[in-house]
Amino acid sequence: MMWKFDSRPNSIAAIDDSGTELTYEQLAAEGQRLAGQVGERCLVFCLCQNDLGSLLGYTAFLNHHIVPALLSAKLDAELLQSLLTTYHPRYLWAPETMAVEGDACYIAFGYRLTKTQFADTPPLYVQLALLLTTSGSTGSPKFVRQSYRNIRANTDSIVEYLRLTADERPITTLPMNYTYGLSIINTHLDVGATLLMTQYGIAQKEFWNFFKDHAATSFGGVPFTYEMLDRMRFTRMELPSLRTMTQAGGKLLPKLHQKFALWSKETGREFIVMYGQCEATARMAYLPWDRGIEKIGAMGVPIPSGRFALIDVDGSEVTQPHTTGELRYFGDNVTLGYATGAADLAKGDERGGVLDTGDMAQFDDDGYYTIVGRKKRFVKLFGNRVNLDEAERLLKARFAGADVACGGKDDHLVIYGTDDALLRQMQPYLAEKTGLHASGFTVKTVACIPKNDAGKTLYHELEMLND
Amino acid sequence: MTNQEKYIGAFTDALNVEAGETGALVYGQSGAWDSVGHMRLIANLEDAFDIMMDMDDIIDFSSFAKGKEILRKYDVEI
Repeated sequence: MMWKFDSRPNSIAAIDDSGTELTYEQLAAEGQRLAGQVGERCLVFCLCQNDLGSLLGYTAFLNHHIVPALLSAKLDAELLQSLLTTYHPRYLWAPETMAVEGDACYIAFGYRLTKTQFADTPPLYVQLALLLTTSGSTGSPKFVRQSYRNIRANTDSIVEYLRLTADERPITTLPMNYTYGLSIINTHLDVGATLLMTQYGIAQKEFWNFFKDHAATSFGGVPFTYEMLDRMRFTRMELPSLRTMTQAGGKLLPKLHQKFALWSKETGREFIVMYGQCEATARMAYLPWDRGIEKIGAMGVPIPSGRFALIDVDGSEVTQPHTTGELRYFGDNVTLGYATGAADLAKGDERGGVLDTGDMAQFDDDGYYTIVGRKKRFVKLFGNRVNLDEAERLLKARFAGADVACGGKDDHLVIYGTDDALLRQMQPYLAEKTGLHASGFTVKTVACIPKNDAGKTLYHELEMLND
Repeated sequence: MTNQEKYIGAFTDALNVEAGETGALVYGQSGAWDSVGHMRLIANLEDAFDIMMDMDDIIDFSSFAKGKEILRKYDVEI
């Protein structure tokens, strides 16, 4: 079993928007009933939202060796249909309000278990625990295959470096089917803490009322979350119960990193920048909170029992600080591999604990790592390599609050934005900053920058707008 | 431009809707009015009326109708 819920039967495992509470004992008992309905090890599609039904399904399946594929409950019906025909899950666990085909066989906490028409559920590798998508809402058929050992290893590391205890009350700010949101759930269940599960977002009053009513102690956020909090002048808010804020899911603007790190220090809180990928279960590195201000812009050191290496263009390991190389990670949380179809679910471990992250990084004299860009997110303007993430950060730093993203191909860079007037200023600014001729940069006005549920820019969709 | 026009303009620009549809808009129920759309909307309103909204008002701004009430606090009559 992933979690031993019976060691703390009377503690509250989760509270949702309606104020309904679920103890660990109830979570275990309800889980056993649900798993009993499924009755065998098979594939189940779990359509997630931040509520008790969703949590019950996920924990029941994982604890009873049934393999859930976590998807968003908001996933477009057509995309869901295409995933169903690709993977042939035996069951669906979805909100009762969702119309699904098949025989309903069990209902609990607003969720319904439905048996699908597929009798031929695919063979599952013995260590396969969980399937997650890498893209959130786009419905890509590509899943990351996570093992029981992956989840256990990453949970142990995170609990250790965040020093999590049963006193924690994290509030949900990220989708449960997103690796970072899920890691918050996994680790807090492991220590017997209380999850505060809300469907509301940080731009809504209901979220903050729920936060205050139930005395939330922590939350996590992607860069966009912190951009929003900044815009909302969050630091003026009275939140006495808040102790910890974590950040992952992309590099935060150094200006915001500094702002939140300083505010946290002044108010006796911890702001912890972290680094991870779904391919590494969730987490690979963290920046210890007491070094946060000193190491603005860095993502930190490897998590307990993980290790990094930087690989240069010749394939040898970088040994000098401040030298860019591709980031490679070693650890038990490196996932088994990908799946693009049902047959892949029988595959074993294809990575052997080693992950090439595709991120370019450097370390400093103290061994703290900083991401400088994505390996593939480069264009070459007039023979000069320009990192698209860097270009984007330059623009966001200069044009605070602008909704902007950089894309492009080969020898030109495209600045995508929603504000015509700003875009016209961005082009000469970027040319000046990079010292390259303005003709290498083009601008494109779009209605909005496509982002996934977690607020990360979907570059692939962005580029399609330009075709 | 009247305040009414500016107010509607903030919605049409931020949420990519037609002026005629704005009256019925509610946060979370209208496609583009999600957290990203909300932040754009607030930015537009702050620019259009040259105000700085408090966090409590930003998170309370949950519909087209409710917004008019909130802006009254900033001496903006729609």
